[in-house]
Amino acid sequence: MNETPVWASESFWKKTAIWVTAGAFLILVVLTFDSLSQTSAGGKRVPAYSVINKKIDYVYDAKLHKFMPVIGEQELLFGKEFSETEAEQLVMLGKKTTQAKNCMNCHTLLGNGAYYAPDLTKAWLDQGWINKEAREKMMIEFLMHPEKNARTFGSNRKMPNLGITEDEAKGVVAFLKWMSSIDTNGFPHNFKTINAEE
Amino acid sequence: MNAKELCEKSRASMSEFKTWVALDVSNLSPGQQLAVKYFSVAVILFFAQLLFGMIAATQFIFPNFLYGWLDFSVNRMVHINAMVVWMLYGFIGCTYWLLEEESGTEIVGLKLGELAFWVLTGAVTLVVLVYLLIQTGAGKDSTLWFINEGREYIEAPRWADIGIVIVMLIFFYNVVATFSKGKWSGIAGVLTLDLVALAGMYTAGMFYMTNITHEQFWWWWVIHLWVEATWEVLVGVIMAWSLMKLLGVKRQIVTTWLYIEVALMFGSGILGLGHHYFWIGTPEYWLAIGGFFSALEPIPLVAMVVHAMYDAGSHSFKNSNHPAVAWIIAQAFGNFFGAGVWGFMHTLPQINLYTHGTQWSASHGHLAFFGAYATINIAFFYLAIQHWRGGVWMSGGTANAWRWKWALGLLNAGVLGMTIALLIAGYEQSFIERATEGSSWGGYFAAQNHPSFQSAMVWRWFFGLMTFSGLILLIWDLLTIGKDETRKVQEIIQH
Ligand code: HEM
Ligand code: HEM
Ligand SMILES: [Fe+2]
Repeated sequence: MNETPVWASESFWKKTAIWVTAGAFLILVVLTFDSLSQTSAGGKRVPAYSVINKKIDYVYDAKLHKFMPVIGEQELLFGKEFSETEAEQLVMLGKKTTQAKNCMNCHTLLGNGAYYAPDLTKAWLDQGWINKEAREKMMIEFLMHPEKNARTFGSNRKMPNLGITEDEAKGVVAFLKWMSSIDTNGFPHNFKTINAEE
Repeated sequence: MNAKELCEKSRASMSEFKTWVALDVSNLSPGQQLAVKYFSVAVILFFAQLLFGMIAATQFIFPNFLYGWLDFSVNRMVHINAMVVWMLYGFIGCTYWLLEEESGTEIVGLKLGELAFWVLTGAVTLVVLVYLLIQTGAGKDSTLWFINEGREYIEAPRWADIGIVIVMLIFFYNVVATFSKGKWSGIAGVLTLDLVALAGMYTAGMFYMTNITHEQFWWWWVIHLWVEATWEVLVGVIMAWSLMKLLGVKRQIVTTWLYIEVALMFGSGILGLGHHYFWIGTPEYWLAIGGFFSALEPIPLVAMVVHAMYDAGSHSFKNSNHPAVAWIIAQAFGNFFGAGVWGFMHTLPQINLYTHGTQWSASHGHLAFFGAYATINIAFFYLAIQHWRGGVWMSGGTANAWRWKWALGLLNAGVLGMTIALLIAGYEQSFIERATEGSSWGGYFAAQNHPSFQSAMVWRWFFGLMTFSGLILLIWDLLTIGKDETRKVQEIIQH
């Protein structure tokens, strides 16, 4: 019989498998360090938690051909200016609440999760909160008593009461406000914010 | 009825059941006995998965169904967690099954392995009970430690994470010590390194982070590097071994193929991770890297189809376990279509911008998980039951062969039907919610209320029922197949 050519031999593919895997993994590790440092809170892509003291918008950037978050003037949350540590504490409470209440198994956050309820990436900016004066109060009431404040748009799908306390609700609102300021490379596209109406 | 009576009654029905199934454990080696324990729990969890999937699917049509008692979030969590866990049980079972034969010696530390099985199963039971009965907690660490972590697919609370890691370490010890005592082979080497990576990935998902971009970054390390890298390679190992055992393919051929698959799969899948880093806040270079490498991921899946079909064809499909071979073929195609084709369809960022987080993902998720991982496990269940029955002939021509054929047909047609229904829903969502309405709250519901979405949910429900009945038939078949068969399997000759 003829000899097996190199490209069909076991040892050739064994070596290839090892080198390809090691190479790909090495590149991933390098990119991971870079991505994590570029996305730590307080950087350009992921703002500091104290961004909850500011006005946040999301508008189309014609030069970049995509929607971009825009961080504006002061626009306090719950009428209070939070220091960086306080803001982080509040957002942390909110983030833990979203995990403890399992939000992600109905909603998507940054587009990941379940598809039974709306995406929360830009929930803070949604026109569903009618206007900016009513927004904070509506959000708190909704989170604490979703079954009574449901706007199901005729779908009958109501969020259940998850026993969210007032403090937790405030944390969640802060978390949502902070999340809406993250630069998500233009996702979601074509989103019209609550500011657009003014 | 008091506790004692209840206890006696269940013991009595248990022994009745044992007489009925008439399976004889003495047909199995010690490692195989542990493997079938894992398989049994896997099948029970598979059943739970579909049961809770049906409830969740019902809630899409009747949102008030069990509202406030078992909300969608709970049902969905149980649905996908049961899936991940039963598949892992299946994989662990497969590994114990082939360990002795592949290493040529008995399993080192089997007693510890047995103990680990009971610990893991106890923990899983407890976790599920807490999911169902306690459901949610306050927004504090204690909830994440003891109730659930609220992170899709890996919701298990932290205490369970740690338990799982310990059990995995014991499992590794069994695997590594056994191969070291017996002999190593190409298959053994790939298997061991892959298991190390698989468990290592899991630890990336065990930390709390307030920064959601970082949190999702690591979360995808677990989910993506599992299903599109380590699990895929594990299936390659199981497939290689099965082709050798079932069809008598030469070891050198399957080993070479296995290395090719590893190179292609890890070469594309590791950096393909980037297709989840388009929109979570991570830098723009991921659009290019993720798009490019994930677009290559179908290549190894094509290679796997070619491999399986070529080997099966060149051995004229001659084998004595027809259901297992049928499910292996289903795996090759299901993996290719579910992961390769359905994955490719939405993996480029230009498209993913509109499909991301819609029923599109669910369509792909169903066909991929079923096609790639449910199928291979089912194939192995048939392999196991054949030995458990004492190595009897299992063909398409035996008395109750309609059962496995119908189970195969119903399960595959059911999942395919659900996949198509969800694809239609996903298209509609991409157009209306994503492209036109810009993913607002109102746009979301405009898409959900659209007649094509609503009818898709009804179709999904019926195809779900078809899938579920397929599973019930499958379980019945697994318990009864080969019962009255006296013909023995033929010796498989490697050539
Ligand atoms: C057997 C292998 C695979 C399995 C089990 C699988 C499963 C899944 C699941 C369950 C999701 C949804 C995750 C979530 O809940 O958010 C998903 C997402 C995704 N998968 Fe796969 N997948 C596999 C292979 C692939 C391949 C080979 C590709 C590409 C060629 C691919 C492309 C994608 C993309 C682009 C997404 C993101 C969807 C989105 O943006 O929402 N997958 N996969
Ligand atoms: C009785 C049949 C089934 C029914 C009725 C069913 C129903 C569902 C429902 C309602 C969801 C939630 C989707 C959403 O968030 O909108 C879901 C998610 C999911 N199911 Fe199933 N399912 C079934 C079978 C299966 C099977 C056989 C598999 C895989 C082996 C599977 C894997 C998944 C996965 C991976 C997800 C998460 C998808 C994602 O997030 O993209 N399901 N299923
Ligand atoms: Fe992926």
